[in-house]
Amino acid sequence: MTTPRFWREIEQRYRGIGVQCEICDRVYFPPREICPHCRRESFGKMNERELSGKGKVLTYTEVHDPHPDFKLLTPYIMAIIEMEEDVRVTGQLVGVDYKDVETGMEVKATMRRLGEESPEGIIYYGYKFAPVKDKHE
Amino acid sequence: MKTKEKVGIKSYAGYVPRYRIKPKEIGKVWGKDGETMGKGLRINSKSVPSPDEDVITISTQAARWAMKRAIIKGVDIGAIYVGSESHPYAVKPTATIVGAAIGATPLMTAADYEFACKAGTAGFQTCMGLVSSGMIKNGMAIGADTSQGAPGDALEYSAAAGGAAYIIGTEDMLAEIKHTCSFTTDTPDFWRREGQKYPSHGGRFTGKPAYFKHITECTKNLMEESETVPDDYDYAVFHQPNGKFPVKVAKKLGFSKEQIDPGLLVTRIGNTYSGAVPLGLAATLDQSEPGDRILVTAYGSGAGCDSFDIKVTENIEKIKNDEVPTIQEVISDEEFIPYSIYAKYRKKIEGGY
Repeated sequence: MTTPRFWREIEQRYRGIGVQCEICDRVYFPPREICPHCRRESFGKMNERELSGKGKVLTYTEVHDPHPDFKLLTPYIMAIIEMEEDVRVTGQLVGVDYKDVETGMEVKATMRRLGEESPEGIIYYGYKFAPVKDKHE
Repeated sequence: MKTKEKVGIKSYAGYVPRYRIKPKEIGKVWGKDGETMGKGLRINSKSVPSPDEDVITISTQAARWAMKRAIIKGVDIGAIYVGSESHPYAVKPTATIVGAAIGATPLMTAADYEFACKAGTAGFQTCMGLVSSGMIKNGMAIGADTSQGAPGDALEYSAAAGGAAYIIGTEDMLAEIKHTCSFTTDTPDFWRREGQKYPSHGGRFTGKPAYFKHITECTKNLMEESETVPDDYDYAVFHQPNGKFPVKVAKKLGFSKEQIDPGLLVTRIGNTYSGAVPLGLAATLDQSEPGDRILVTAYGSGAGCDSFDIKVTENIEKIKNDEVPTIQEVISDEEFIPYSIYAKYRKKIEGGY
């Protein structure tokens, strides 16, 4: 990933900034220019919306053949999270063993290191998901 | 140093990675009696960051919890200072990334600080000046580290990871910072040269002429300037490179074990460097009541100290809710790992990453 491309997506990766259609209230993440349901009616009516970061595991898998950036974490868990705002986000699960993950498990977005351009290049940060273990999240 | 306007802590929170390793496990690899080593240092275990955790992620988590505790928005933060000796970048601020992650950018000032283990409290003093002068409404000071000890070195038994974030302001304070003072000299007891992966230290030289002299002088100066004695304080927090030094310096200064116990986290999580005193103060605030007085002295090698005379206000009761975990709750989430995993996570295995 080039530095400008990562930089353009910082708001999404760091804070979960998506958009909400002013007409139908549907939320989209990552952001879209127009709402696929309201089509041209929604043009110019897609407002910034920060996701709460809370969601539930919809499905998950354990990865044993890693992406080079995740080598130190192998095996690691990837999951599709159904967010509170009714959008689905793919992310890594951290702070939990594969045997303890279950569908429907409550999770919360947490900022982690995702990888790096190279040892000399920029470091990519963004969201991963950690289980909600107690009352705090 | 006393501010013209009342200034204090509006919110705080801390984060410590969940992995732990015991001194016995480290000693086993290097042919040392790690258990005895741990007992000597009074460290039962130390925290280890996951490979995807660093000062930026630790600072961000602490900052988010601090904002949540007092319901302060990112746009209301006018300055962010992150103190650490393990900033992920040598050039490129940690504070800008934390600022973007909490929604505080772009109308804010930011910088990274480095003063060994007291870089976090240096941020406290900067924020105190900015808010009390009216330049900004709220300032955020963070102390966090993921420090490393060279494999087999004595530091490896204590160098840990963690950090805490504080929001400093002049209104709605949960604790007023009544007074602060510093004590600074050129004392080369611990250092890391540019480009070096691991720090070097002067062994026993880090004790008497460094840690003990500076903490004693700075704390005495604070009590003299604020006309207080140890008995005036309900709690005290001293820098904790191991479990032995803070107990010894507290005794020397006339503070009891009971006064320092709530903030003495080093026995469970190791030395979190710039995070140590901010985390110790956070753990102390977690159990404080209105009217409690806390003395804090941070120490940074090189060398210097920052002392603070803090008085808890009635607002402490208002922010005590279940929204943000206490430090004890944070450090209770722990998973012990063997040295092999620790070496992998801390990138000590050549060619493994």
